[in-house]
Order: sequence, then C-alpha cells, then structure tokens
Amino acid sequence: MDPRYRLRRGMDQGMTLVCFLCTLLVLTPLVLVLTFLAQTGLSALNWDFFTKLPGAAGEPGGGMANAITGTLILIGLAGCLGIPIGVLGGTFLSEYPQTQVSRISRFAADVMNGIPSIVMGLFAYVLIVLPLRHFSALAGGVALGVMLIPTVMRTTEEVVRLVPQSVREAALALGIPQWKTTLRVVLPTATAGIVTGIMIALARIAGETAPLLFTAFGNRFWNRSILQPIAALPLQIFAYAISPFDDWHRQAWAGALVLVAIVLVVNVGARYATSRQVRLR
Amino acid sequence: MPKQLEVRDVETHAPTLVGANTAVQTDDLHAWFDQLHALRGITLNVPERQVTAIIGPSGCGKSTFLRCLNRMHELVPSARVSGTVRVHDQDIYAPGIDPVLVRRRVGMVFQKPNPFPTMNIYDNVAAGVRLAGERDRRRLDDVVERSLRAAALWEEVKDRLRKPGTSLSGGQQQRLCIARALAVSPEVLLMDEPASALDPAATLRIEELARDLAKEITIVIVTHNMQQAARVSDVTGFFLGGQLVEFGPTNGLFTRPTDKRTEDYITGRFG
Ligand SMILES: Nc1ncnc2c1ncn2[C@@H]1O[C@H](COP(=O)(O)OP(=O)(O)OP(=O)(O)O)[C@@H](O)[C@H]1O
Ligand SMILES: [Mg+2]
Repeated sequence: MDPRYRLRRGMDQGMTLVCFLCTLLVLTPLVLVLTFLAQTGLSALNWDFFTKLPGAAGEPGGGMANAITGTLILIGLAGCLGIPIGVLGGTFLSEYPQTQVSRISRFAADVMNGIPSIVMGLFAYVLIVLPLRHFSALAGGVALGVMLIPTVMRTTEEVVRLVPQSVREAALALGIPQWKTTLRVVLPTATAGIVTGIMIALARIAGETAPLLFTAFGNRFWNRSILQPIAALPLQIFAYAISPFDDWHRQAWAGALVLVAIVLVVNVGARYATSRQVRLR
Repeated sequence: MPKQLEVRDVETHAPTLVGANTAVQTDDLHAWFDQLHALRGITLNVPERQVTAIIGPSGCGKSTFLRCLNRMHELVPSARVSGTVRVHDQDIYAPGIDPVLVRRRVGMVFQKPNPFPTMNIYDNVAAGVRLAGERDRRRLDDVVERSLRAAALWEEVKDRLRKPGTSLSGGQQQRLCIARALAVSPEVLLMDEPASALDPAATLRIEELARDLAKEITIVIVTHNMQQAARVSDVTGFFLGGQLVEFGPTNGLFTRPTDKRTEDYITGRFG
C-alpha cells in the first residue's frame, strides 16, 4: 500500500480519536456534577420537600415549596419582561441592520451581556425597591428580565437573519407589507431557533443568586403579592448551605437538584415543542 | 397614454403590431445598483393578455427589468430607478403610490421555487389574501381552489392541502408559487426563469400554464432558453448590456432579426 495513503489514514484515525477524547473531557464535569447532585440531593428529597414551608432554624424537616414556586414565578416575571423586548428587538436588529439605532443597541446588548449580574440587581434595586420602599418579587423579576434581554436579542437577531431572503421576497412580492412580512412570515420561520435562544437564556437566569439578594430578598413564607418579597431556590440554597445544620445542608443539595431538574424540564419541553414544528417543514 | 409612433422606436410598440392593448409601458427606464448602471433606458410596451418573453445573456439586466415592474428593485439597499413605468396607465413610481398595492397588481414568480417553509399547501396559497385581511373561511377555500386549478395543481394536491408546501416536488412547488401569486388576482404576472430549476417535463407544464394564463392576465417571462421563448411567447425582447436591442413579435424576431446582435445571439454565436 502507498505509504502516504497509510500516513493519511493514520492521521485521520488519530484526529478522530482526539476529537472523541475532547468530547469526553467536556462531558466529564457535567456527568460528575449531575451524579454527585443526584446522590446527595435525592436522599433529602421527599414529599414534604415539595409541599412544606421551611421549618424553624435548626429543626429537622420542612421543605422548600415556597422557594420552588418562587423561582417559577420569578422566571415567569422575567420572561414577561425580557422575552417580548428581546425577540422584537432582535428582529429589528436583523431586519434593519444598518440603522444607527441598531448599531447602538447591538453595542449596548453586548456591553450588557458582560455586566456582572449583581449590578443588574443594583439596577432593579434603585429602579423599583427604593421607590416602593420594600423588596419585592417584581424587583427580582425585573432584575432577571433585564438580564434576559441581551441574550434573547442577539440570538434572535442571528436566527432571524438566517431566514432566506427568498422567503421575504416571496411575501413582499405578494403585496404583503413589510411589517406583516416580518411578523407573520419571517418570525414563524425562525421560531425553532428563537425558542432555543429563549430557553438557553432562561436556564441561565434560573440559577442566578446575586441579582436576587437585594431585590426578591427571599421569604420564609408564601408570597402573597408580587409587591412582597419572594423566596427563590438559589437564595434558599445559599442560606441553607452556609447554615450550621446538617439537615439544611442536605436540603440545600436537594434544592440544587430540583433547580437543575427545572432547567432540564424546561429545555427538553422546548426542544420537543420546536422539533414538532421543524418536522413540519 | 401611448405616445406618437416614431420611426426609431417602432419596435418598442409591438402591441400595436400584434393588435393588443398595452398592459405595461416603460419609458426611458434606468436602474442602478449603487454605481452599477444595470438598465440603460428601456422603452417598451408589454401587450395585454399576451406572453412577453425577455431574453438575453446572463447579467444583461433581465431580472432587474422585471423587478422594476413591481417595485421590487428598490428593496436592494442603494438601488435606484429613473424613468417611468405605467401599469394600465398608472405611473407606479409616481409619488404617493404605495409599492405594496403595486405588488398586488403585478405578481411575481421567482427562479427557485420558494414556498413559505412553515406553511402547508393551503396556507401558502391563501397567504396573500389572508394577510391582506380576509378571514372568511368559505371565501378563502374558494380562492385556494380557484388558484390551484388555475395553476394546474389542484388535482395533484386536493387530498393533501394540509401537508407542508415543501413536501411537493420542485415542479409542483413552482406551480404552488404560481398559485400563490394568482390568489391575489394580479393583472400582470412576472416570471423570472420559472422553469430553470426544473426537469423538461415540469418545464413543459409551466410553459403550457403560462400560455393558458395569458388568456386572462398579462405574462412577462424571463428565460435563458430560446426554444422556450419561441414556444411560449407572443412578443420577445432581446436585452444586451442593460439595453433593449430588439423588441417585436416572437415569430419575426426569431426568423428575421433586424439587428446583427440579435441574430448572433439567437443563432448561438455568443451568450
Ligand atoms: N443585488 C445586486 N447588487 C448589485 N448588483 C447586482 C445585484 N443584482 C444584480 N446586479 C448586477 O446587475 C446587472 C444585471 O443583473 P440581472 O440580475 O438583472 O441580470 P440577468 O439578466 O437577470 O442575469 P441572469 O440571466 O444571470 O439572471 C448585473 O451586472 C449584476 O451583476
Ligand atoms: Mg436573472
């Protein structure tokens, strides 16, 4: 056999092996974290954990029902604020890429992406907590929602730009106005990508702790109004993890496990919903 | 209004030669892409309810010409137009004319079939009417069936209207796009090499379709294929370097071209 061919084939197999090993390397921390979480967290998971309020300090028992719902509510509030602004803003960036407004907001979004999350908390603190004079779910939702905007905006811009020009031209040539073309033809074509972007952004903010410290603040009881402080899983995990009680430590692990599970469920759900849409094509 | 016939532009008045009214009239039409002068003064009259073919070598401005007739040209950033285009005596570049309304009167079919990827067959055809505000189910059904029949596609798809438009074959997709364009009842249909991505059988179907449609509406078709131009069109225009070299009844143009360049092109000496 031609030695150069042998060399080439050897190189090919070698590189494939290297790529495979790198993939393993990337997966290792994920698998380790997940197994460790599952081992330590599962033991503290029980019915009470999902249905009960936290117990008094140092007493075993009690759960994180309020923190679980609190996190869901905060994600919901953040989504209500961040998703529409992010999606519409990203669509604008993609459809009118050259305007001055686009250039400025693209730059602003990139800067915002780099701002430490605790600064977002400060922002919501000044904007909402100070005028209303107390911590609130609303303030937490705004802090997280503002964090959503740049990521959702930039991913939306990218995927909307991927919609072929021929699709836009087909719609415009039918005498469909520009704005309807964008909303009714271009955006639906990009839905799968937009939803994926939203999910990644939501997963990122679901675990944020810093922006909630002086906005949502945390709450040992049920939250009665979005103008009151609210419990959140990351806050509760933090509080329990630094406490001196063994039972609380175990509950903190369980809380972390539930948080990861929420993110996972949201992601898988979105993938499923969009994959059905993609298959339609 | 048709202007006085002058000797030098007799050939631009093909409609009078084939005995038809004028559907689209361009006068000294220029078009630019930034600095590039793509159309250099096109003056011609497209006869009503006939098929007009535009032929010419690649890059001579055929697509640009077509896109000037329904104001699609201006969608390209830095594109410019001068001169006039009249569609049934309305100057479509007059100030205050909404390009959206122009495009409803002058429909377009593109080179590559481009059905809306997220819509099924029914929704593709209904899109133009529906997005113009039509909600009535019965009227939509009616438009869809009528357009699909006119595009000679109804029999093939009537049992799977809810399947994605992209699930059809290339030729069917192109007829779907024709149906979609017909659904908004245009007066003129522009076809930019509608068959160049299709096999010979599908091409023939599109050609037959163009002939059929010309009983009702005006067709302008761009083609690279001389036989196709000869088969489908009543009138042919030969473009070269952004200019109209020769324009007249197809028969005459192909058998007795008056310009040396036309003769060279149709005999395959260049292009
Ligand atoms: N979007 C564009 N931006 C800049 N220049 C363009 C653009 N589209 C076309 N042109 C230029 O304008 C001239 C005319 O192009 P046009 O597309 O009208 O040619 P055509 O006759 O349709 O060619 P073909 O037969 O290859 O489709 C060409 O020189 C082309 O390079
Ligand atoms: Mg072309």
